[in-house]
Amino acid sequence: MALLRRFLRHPGAVVGAAVLLLVLAVAILAPVLFPGSPWDMAGPPFAPPGEDGMLLGSDSLGRNVAAGIAYGARVSLLVGAVSTAVAILIGVALGALAGYLGGVVDDAVMRFTEFFQTIPSFVLAILLVAIFTPSITSIVAAIAIVSWPPVARVVRAEFLSLRGREFVQAAEVLGKRPMAIVLTDILPNALSPIIVLASLNTASAILLESSLSFLGLGDPNLMSWGFLIGSGRSVIRIAWWMSVFPGIAIFITVLALNLVGEGLSDAMNPRLRKRGAK
Amino acid sequence: MSRLPGFLLRRALKSVVVILAIVVCNFLLIHAAPGDPAMVMAGQSGSADPQYMEQLRRQFGLDRPLIEQLWIYLKGVLHLDLGFSHRQQVGVAQLILDRLPATLLLTGMAFAIAISGGVTLGALAARRVGTWADSVITVIALAFYATPLFWVGLMLVLLFSVHLEWLPSFGMTDPGLNQEGFALWLDVAKHLVLPAVTLGLFYLAVYARLTRATMLEVADQDFVKTARAKGVPEGRVLRAHVLRNALLPVITFAGIQAGQLVGGSILVETVFAWPGIGRLAFEALLARDYQVLMGVFFITSVMVVLFNLLTDLLYALIDPRVEMA
Repeated sequence: MALLRRFLRHPGAVVGAAVLLLVLAVAILAPVLFPGSPWDMAGPPFAPPGEDGMLLGSDSLGRNVAAGIAYGARVSLLVGAVSTAVAILIGVALGALAGYLGGVVDDAVMRFTEFFQTIPSFVLAILLVAIFTPSITSIVAAIAIVSWPPVARVVRAEFLSLRGREFVQAAEVLGKRPMAIVLTDILPNALSPIIVLASLNTASAILLESSLSFLGLGDPNLMSWGFLIGSGRSVIRIAWWMSVFPGIAIFITVLALNLVGEGLSDAMNPRLRKRGAK
Repeated sequence: MSRLPGFLLRRALKSVVVILAIVVCNFLLIHAAPGDPAMVMAGQSGSADPQYMEQLRRQFGLDRPLIEQLWIYLKGVLHLDLGFSHRQQVGVAQLILDRLPATLLLTGMAFAIAISGGVTLGALAARRVGTWADSVITVIALAFYATPLFWVGLMLVLLFSVHLEWLPSFGMTDPGLNQEGFALWLDVAKHLVLPAVTLGLFYLAVYARLTRATMLEVADQDFVKTARAKGVPEGRVLRAHVLRNALLPVITFAGIQAGQLVGGSILVETVFAWPGIGRLAFEALLARDYQVLMGVFFITSVMVVLFNLLTDLLYALIDPRVEMA
């Protein structure tokens, strides 16, 4: 409860959370708000915003831009959440392994992590999605593969500092199995930085997904924000609304997630407030 | 200084290992992909004529054991043979080499904008911490953090090219004019403004936040209090004591971020049709020309590794203590 109160003290975080709920509501209610497929023609092509009953205008094939954005929210939130979950899973597993076992294992895992942090992650993501053909699965996998390293580093650092504490030693003396110690003693205490990372990572995953689909690497069966901007790019001189509104949708969602992440970070580590950034 | 060569040697060795790992990574990707590797490399949009497939099979030795294939592939890369683009009828290495200068110009310029602007704004925000100027800078940084790079590019095009008609939105030179010397440079500079600013803005936000945070951290330390106590003017304390020490983490971070900058150039070059390796990657993507795509991945990785090495060298020269790291 104290946590919630500290979180609520952040105006930015509260606004962020509200916006996020709104985006989530639009995503869930997309079929109600815009019945029918977002790929179908809804009116004349290139209708400016507000005309022909389309709030945000229509695209070159007469499709409703607002409907595209609503359905795109589903893809963006889904990809953001699932790829973050996978990235957290990989990161926690590797970080826990390195931090708890230490020694050679730690060395090996950290070299592996460093390698993934060195290579240009966006280029790797493009390569992965292109080779395994664009689909929601390959996109989620590619984003998870390039975004787990920071999680592994943070979890490792937490485990390194926690494994020497008395309560862990006590559990060891009591003969608890290492796996049980890791899962029930150490991990719950390392949770707060993981939660903060998760919200920030969801934000960057959404950005990454939009970049991929902008380049034409989106799932061909799913409407997405990046795809909308990509298809509006060549006609930006005559139909600015096609690329402006989906971009605003991405901006608002990502900003909201970042604000929530910062609010969570401050609420969970009041002592670290001043450090900010990164 | 005496141990510097040893330190650099270790780092260079590490870089070589990373580059080898990337080559192996590329190799494994070809084999992990669904279907016959030759088929994958030839692309899926119909250009898989038997002769080319035969050539690919020979190049990769696809009939031999996997480990032998890896060896063949490694040897090729070490001879700077990055494969052959059947679509463009040119070697991949040649293709990339032709496009590299444009990308270096763009990323170099963007980096200069990002680091100079970011450090300035960050220092300004840290100096006026808690005032409206600090809030404005923090909010702007937060906003750029949340905006997709390619969308910023499009919005700049909309404003400066379509609406105001100040700057060109496309390419590197004006194809209608056949310029030379100074006029050509001026034309390239005009075309460079929008892409470089687009790519630079995001990192500007990153460096501004980082500079602000590290400056506030350094400002709390004892040597700063000492400087103040002995009467050093406030401006000098900030410049000579705080900023100088805050810059080191910014430099390190910039080194780590080099890879992201190169990755971002794919988006920016696509938006502005800038003829660099990012645009090449996009064209390869459209044509399903995987040899070129892997070549780009390899070259950008090598660029990042070299840049990291350079950062290490710079860092070791600035701050002798890092040798231990």
